[in-house]
Amino acid sequence: MRRLLWPSVALALVIAYPLWFSTPFQQRLGALVLLYAIAASAWNIIGGYAGQVSVGHVVFFGCGAYAAMGAYAHFGWSPLVGIPAGIVLSVAIAAVIGVPTLRLSGHYFSMATIALAELVRLIVSNTDYLGAAVGLSGPTVPRNLFDLSFTSALPYYYLFLAVLLITLGITWWMAESRMGFYLRAIKDSERAARSLGAPASRTKLHAFILSAGLTSVAGALYAMMFGFVDPESGLGILISVKMLIMAALGGAGLLFGPLVGAAILVPLEEISNNLLGGKGAGLTFVVYGAIIVIIARFQPGGILTLIKRIWAISDKAAKAAVAEGATHAP
Amino acid sequence: MSILVQVIVGGLLLGAVYALFSSGLTLIWGMMNVINFAHGDFVMLGMYVAFVVWTLLGVGPFVGAPIAALVLATLGVIVYFGLIRSVMKGPMLAQILGTFGLALLLRYSVFWGFGANFQTLPENLVGGTFDVLGIRIQASRLLAGAVALLVTLGLHLLLTRTSLGSKMLAVAEDATAAQLMGIRPDSMQAIAWAIAAGATGIAGALIATFFYIAPTVGETLGIVAFVTVSLGGFGSVPGALVAGLLIGVIESVSAYSIGAVYKDIVVYSLFLCFLWFRPQGLMGKS
Repeated sequence: MRRLLWPSVALALVIAYPLWFSTPFQQRLGALVLLYAIAASAWNIIGGYAGQVSVGHVVFFGCGAYAAMGAYAHFGWSPLVGIPAGIVLSVAIAAVIGVPTLRLSGHYFSMATIALAELVRLIVSNTDYLGAAVGLSGPTVPRNLFDLSFTSALPYYYLFLAVLLITLGITWWMAESRMGFYLRAIKDSERAARSLGAPASRTKLHAFILSAGLTSVAGALYAMMFGFVDPESGLGILISVKMLIMAALGGAGLLFGPLVGAAILVPLEEISNNLLGGKGAGLTFVVYGAIIVIIARFQPGGILTLIKRIWAISDKAAKAAVAEGATHAP
Repeated sequence: MSILVQVIVGGLLLGAVYALFSSGLTLIWGMMNVINFAHGDFVMLGMYVAFVVWTLLGVGPFVGAPIAALVLATLGVIVYFGLIRSVMKGPMLAQILGTFGLALLLRYSVFWGFGANFQTLPENLVGGTFDVLGIRIQASRLLAGAVALLVTLGLHLLLTRTSLGSKMLAVAEDATAAQLMGIRPDSMQAIAWAIAAGATGIAGALIATFFYIAPTVGETLGIVAFVTVSLGGFGSVPGALVAGLLIGVIESVSAYSIGAVYKDIVVYSLFLCFLWFRPQGLMGKS
């Protein structure tokens, strides 16, 4: 029961947040935290659990965003219809790029994904059907509820929360399944895992595909909330960077790591952009870069690993104190 | 016909510069199995050093390149001792995060300091253009290509013909065994970072004479370096040279025949195809 206590308290607080903090800025901030938490949690499956650092996840994010906006812009359908299309497209791209690169050392995977991201961005920026440099827009005035176009951030907040819970549920289920055990073994030592019969390439590919599909859902939700997508907001490499850094800061390979990372970094970015204006964008990424370097250098496990370690130490100290008390008792 | 030859010569000259900065990446990858995701941004810094040298002192790449080499080599050593030495022993995630974070830090510090605007050095800083056998060549490109080719060959000779090179290769082969032979892996790896970063400094200062200078140029050049190294095979300077020249030619021919926007698309697609069919590179063993 104690295992469930903290998550349920946290969940209650997350559900109550927009009721306490009810200004539009605060509600929008909350919705963005949840949205980036979905994307970073999706990245976490391949980057954290499988230990394969994808720098091109923005491609899948863009697939979802473009599919959702394309469904409206070209066919007049609800952006919701684009979600399955975005998932199918993402899964196909992940399979094509994952099959050759996941057999090689992790460096190749990272380099291939970064090249893929740039390639897709360049192609989309020069394709008129996808709006080229201008991008695609969603419904400006909602026709019905299924357009999911709201002026307030509150409906998005609860929508994103529901999707985040599903994403975390899938991640948890995956981590507890046979696949999760294979992934942990592969991450520790791929050679040892292979020699014990774990199908390393196939398991990594499955993780990549799962991660890609979930990321595209995040992209579709993003486009719905902002009502448009262009090459910069849907396919810019910095979106990959955000997923990566949020997961790593909170704790890559831990269920709640990406959520913790998003809860720290999204407010940081929003506030610094608000305070510093356009100039702030550059400074924000200087800070991002510094944070990434510091995590890599001192605490690759992220904040949650650090907290766990501190808890373990204080736990030990507490037990030692109890034991000492027992020996001194009359 | 002569236009196509001109395009190919231009590609070869640019490709020599690609080869120069890519050989730095391949050296580090071959020696310590680390991919420097900030490599393109090192080249970008080299360009800005050349730009600053020109703005402050009013002199061109003959002064700019050595200064850029020194500045970048120093940065390389600092990065090695400050970051790489510890992330090398950590998980893969730490390695990639570390150099990737460094890339962002450098890119946006320059963005913050110099602004996002494209800068250029004056067109006639290095001679003008002249004709050789009916081919028009810019002096700045010729200088960049020739110097880059010489430095790359020098780097190859350094690694294969000197005792320093042998020591570095020994560390690459087996750091513990090298240590038992009285070679300090730490110093050798720091020297490798100084050489690799120095090479990007020279390349940056050379390319700055005819290329646009912007904080984000490192991203494009970094991917070019990845493509070159993957094509040329891991750890091989001659491989990087051949691959660099080839990519330079492919880029300029596709820019000439399909349009400038598509040259990167061609190169990146080629890279992804290569990963499918020949991941060990042109010269690597399977």
